[in-house]
Amino acid sequence: MKNAGRSVVATVLMTILGIGALWHSTDGLAAFTAEAARRAEILRAPRPLPAAVLEDQDGRTFSLQDYRGKLLAVEFIYTRCMTICRTLGIAFRQIRDHVPQPMLGSDFALLSISFDTARDDTPSLKAYGDAHGADSRHWRIARVRNAADLQQLLDAFGIVVIPDGLGGFEHNAAIHLLDRDGKLALISDIDEPVLFAERIAKWP
Amino acid sequence: MAMSASLSRHGRIGTAMLYLLLATPAVRAWMEATMTGHMLLQIPLLAAIGVMSCHLLPERLQNSLLAAAGGAIPCVLLATFASSYWMLPRALDGALTNPLNEMAKFLSLPLLVGLPLGLAWKRLRIIGRSFVWTNAISMLAVLGWLYIIAPVRVCNNYLVDQQEIAGWWMVKLALLLFACWLGSFFVGGDPVPAESGGPQPYGGNRSQSNPT
Repeated sequence: MKNAGRSVVATVLMTILGIGALWHSTDGLAAFTAEAARRAEILRAPRPLPAAVLEDQDGRTFSLQDYRGKLLAVEFIYTRCMTICRTLGIAFRQIRDHVPQPMLGSDFALLSISFDTARDDTPSLKAYGDAHGADSRHWRIARVRNAADLQQLLDAFGIVVIPDGLGGFEHNAAIHLLDRDGKLALISDIDEPVLFAERIAKWP
Repeated sequence: MAMSASLSRHGRIGTAMLYLLLATPAVRAWMEATMTGHMLLQIPLLAAIGVMSCHLLPERLQNSLLAAAGGAIPCVLLATFASSYWMLPRALDGALTNPLNEMAKFLSLPLLVGLPLGLAWKRLRIIGRSFVWTNAISMLAVLGWLYIIAPVRVCNNYLVDQQEIAGWWMVKLALLLFACWLGSFFVGGDPVPAESGGPQPYGGNRSQSNPT
């Protein structure tokens, strides 16, 4: 009888602990993937980003911190990409066209960062920018100058880049928003650019 | 007696060797290179090491561990919850990006999945065993199907086509397990404790090693 009682207590305890652990490890059954977890975590606690030297399609150098005081949309791409980066480019164009136009440049800018530092030189960035309508003022296409800074930057954003075996890459594609303090504050799906633009317009 | 002692010595060495082999960087890299290898080879093998270790423990220790855990049902629950965790895509990504998570995987699968399952198994009757079987089969089949139809990439560290391949393997494995389970009703590989005989099929052994 004592054993049966112990068994019941242990069963109840194990059930509560087990459900609790699964609840906790999925952010309340909301995030089953690392990507969902990354987005939820940013919302809870906006994340500071490292200062990496970037170089845009005109060869100008700058850093993310130069955008302090403005909102900045960031996407990660590589210019040879024929699939998801095109979608990203189109999404960025839509965001640019849907935000209140006076915000452009004064309170909001867009930045596409290439993670293919080895192959994306200034002319490739320029070509990608021209193909997608990036004006190099409000929307810049950039590469990370030092390969060493790149991994740090990707880690801070939570971007995982893996070779696709065909000479290209697969990566978790999303649209990132840096708030006016330069912190990563929102990560949004690439198929909802209009919604993203509306959030920019209403950002406090 | 001597033979069983040498058998269990071989078993211990074999289990330890398998564990160390799985932990070597080369084997880890090879198994974790694909989602299928990670989910359907490494993870089950780590759990199997737990089951094997359980059988290598002295009978008395097994019994006292089982008693301490509160019997078979909490053990099965522990194994179910812990194995469910390692079926989460984000757990796989975590293990690949954070060495602490990787260590947690190598410890928790043998200790929290294999060991409790091994402890509980011989106390489980047909219903309990069927629960374990059907739970494993349905978890695999449902997860496999989800991976096949998933509209998004679920693991940042694996290519999108990996999840479809892994999904189909899970469905195949679920079918195979189902066939094995069905087969076990006819052939009966494991001695299932008799319903009337109480939960002590190894009573003779136990009284030998556990004089009261």
